[in-house]
Amino acid sequence: MFESITGSLETIFNKLRGRGRLTDENIKDGMREVRVALLEADTNYKVVKDFIQRVTERAVGEEVVRSVTPGQQIVKIVQDEMEHLMGPVDSKIPFIDGGATIIMLVGLQGSGKTTTSGKLANMIMSKGRKPMLVAADVQRPAAIEQLRILGKQLNIPVYSEKGLNPVKICKGAVKFAKAENRDVVIFDTAGRLHVDEELMLELKEIKGKIKPTQIFFVCDAMTGQDAVNSAKEFDTQLDFDGVILTKLDGDARGGAALSIKAVTGKPIKFVGVGEKLDKLEEFHPDRMASKILGMGDVVSLVEKAQEVIDVEEAEKLEKKLRNDSLTLDDFLNQLQQVKRMGPLKDIIGMIPGMGKKMEGMDINENQLKKVEAIIRSMTLEERMRPEAIEGSRRHRIANGSGTKAQDVSQLQKQFKQMKKMFRQFSGKDGKYLPTDGMPAYDMNIHRKLRSKRKKIKKNKKRR
Amino acid sequence: MGWFSKKNAGVSTQEDIENKSWLSFQKLKKGLEKTRTKITSRFKDLLSFRRKIDEDILEELETILLESDMGVGPATKIIQDVRDAWKSKEIEDTSNIYDFLKDKLKQELKAWDVSLITAPVPPTVIMVAGVNGSGKTTSIAKLADFFIKQGKKVMLSASDTFRAAAVEQLDIWSKRIGADIVKHQTGADPAAVTFDALEASLSRGIDVLIVDTAGRLHTNDNLMNELSKIKRVISKKIENAPHEVLMVLDATTGQNAVSQAKLFNRAVNITGIFLSKLDGTAKGGIILGMRNEIDIPVKFIGIGESAEDIQEFDADNFVDALFD
Repeated sequence: MFESITGSLETIFNKLRGRGRLTDENIKDGMREVRVALLEADTNYKVVKDFIQRVTERAVGEEVVRSVTPGQQIVKIVQDEMEHLMGPVDSKIPFIDGGATIIMLVGLQGSGKTTTSGKLANMIMSKGRKPMLVAADVQRPAAIEQLRILGKQLNIPVYSEKGLNPVKICKGAVKFAKAENRDVVIFDTAGRLHVDEELMLELKEIKGKIKPTQIFFVCDAMTGQDAVNSAKEFDTQLDFDGVILTKLDGDARGGAALSIKAVTGKPIKFVGVGEKLDKLEEFHPDRMASKILGMGDVVSLVEKAQEVIDVEEAEKLEKKLRNDSLTLDDFLNQLQQVKRMGPLKDIIGMIPGMGKKMEGMDINENQLKKVEAIIRSMTLEERMRPEAIEGSRRHRIANGSGTKAQDVSQLQKQFKQMKKMFRQFSGKDGKYLPTDGMPAYDMNIHRKLRSKRKKIKKNKKRR
Repeated sequence: MGWFSKKNAGVSTQEDIENKSWLSFQKLKKGLEKTRTKITSRFKDLLSFRRKIDEDILEELETILLESDMGVGPATKIIQDVRDAWKSKEIEDTSNIYDFLKDKLKQELKAWDVSLITAPVPPTVIMVAGVNGSGKTTSIAKLADFFIKQGKKVMLSASDTFRAAAVEQLDIWSKRIGADIVKHQTGADPAAVTFDALEASLSRGIDVLIVDTAGRLHTNDNLMNELSKIKRVISKKIENAPHEVLMVLDATTGQNAVSQAKLFNRAVNITGIFLSKLDGTAKGGIILGMRNEIDIPVKFIGIGESAEDIQEFDADNFVDALFD
């Protein structure tokens, strides 16, 4: 497997530093990496080919800016082009005022149409409108039932009629909406394989009868090269208005987003990011571009952190770090907060440049569990002053946590080192730690570390 | 209870079976028609006249493999094998490439042990898992039908208690094909449903118990733990069960299939893959590509929407149907 695209591009392009201009020849290796990254993300082969060509055209002749590495520069161009290709964002649904807005969802089996209908209704409700659902899927056993349950959860009406053909159901539904004073009607249609002409005819007929305001094509983000085929087919037959990409909460890189946009030209409107009904988000091309390139997703990471980290707690911790009174208890707290963000592997995967490096490397969550067990086997006093733990206490803790005495002393050692590290960062007056809620990530830290490294180097030379 | 209809289909005669196997090949061929016309017509274009192999042809070949979702790594590797064979004069011109590739793929896929693991003493317990929308419930109906046609008594455990109407969907299927079903309400503890199904299958002398589970994304740790728990419940109740843990994989899935297989395997040790929805334009090439990363045999394929559209995986048939 390839490493992080950023990492490998930098290795390749750093050779170019100071060479002046990017040329066809010298970006070739880099483009190969980009190609692999895009293909691994399931972007369609032809789309990749065109894309590479376009990026190459744009990159060739550009001057290597001195302030950034050529690798970074190329990544920037690639990312720009991707955002350009997937944008502009248009998550608006053009509602019809004073009449019923009709939305029709189409897509393959298992793409998530029914769940998305529910999510869409939920989103529309939050905009102050009154949606209703229509079960136009008479194919799948219990599909109507599923939609009805969703309707009950959302407390909105669901129109369905067993045994009727979908076209008739849809006609009835529009009447029903008028009578019930519903201003948005969402049609959940049957999914099949798009090779099925019968379905396409049925959908076309429904379209002709109900004249939908918008047709959305629902597509599973995990789809491979076939995404292009189905999108193209649905678009030719139904001329849909936008795309909803589902199941993006997994680890699919979602190259389908790029492919579908490239092939149909239709915007991606929303993305499904979870099983719950409120997990439908507007589409962000910049985030998607990072995801496709395997570059991690800082925005999501920050959002995730904000979800679970208690601001007050964080402030308390910061104070403790500053006056050097961090205890193992605080540490345990931190561990738990991190754990609440999800599996460690996911979190690390979101850090740019880390994602692919971690692939194949099994992050040992058990190690964390061990640390937790050890701390939990300590008395409060021991947690406050872990340095005071000696032989017999160590034995007791090891027994209590099912570990060995060495593990306990290792934790003691690590904790000591960690405290020392924090002390270095914060300095005596704590000037390297943020003081007013600024992000803890401070360029000064880098500068300080760099100068330190230089010093160490110098010292070594002197010797 | 009324819906526990225990229909036993007559045991098929030898002739029937032979007829069926031929039919099933035709069906698979038909199912793969789209795939085939796509791949093969390009192959045929490529190879229609004997020409000397060159790098352009190899690149074109790679494109075709990539479009089948095989993945960059595996496709590059196979192309390298072709290149080596060409350099060593094993294949001379384009007319040989075709057979070379076919044989190679067949040979690789034949390394799989695709036989179904069954319990020495019934019931054989088959646990079915997969991501949302992969086609689990339909695949389970197909599996059940497959066993019923062999004269087995089949029970389904409606352990997908999460998705709205999943229980109803399985219930409808069970009536259609004549299988027993054990179900609770939506929202019930899936492990508890499974436990009840195990008890019922033991007391009713069931041959095959198929356990449905809720679709879940493989990256959701909590749900994966829930899956492990269901498996533990099964193992506790019946020794060596579940005998098969099948992961249902949508044939349209791209490279993400690797991650799916890895993480499902980590949670419940998959014994086989049920490749569903092979009747679209999907190429299912991912099962060829996956093998370098995680080697789990495909045991069944689903090639249509009705209950009988199921086949045991056969490497020759699969590759032939793909390239014929």
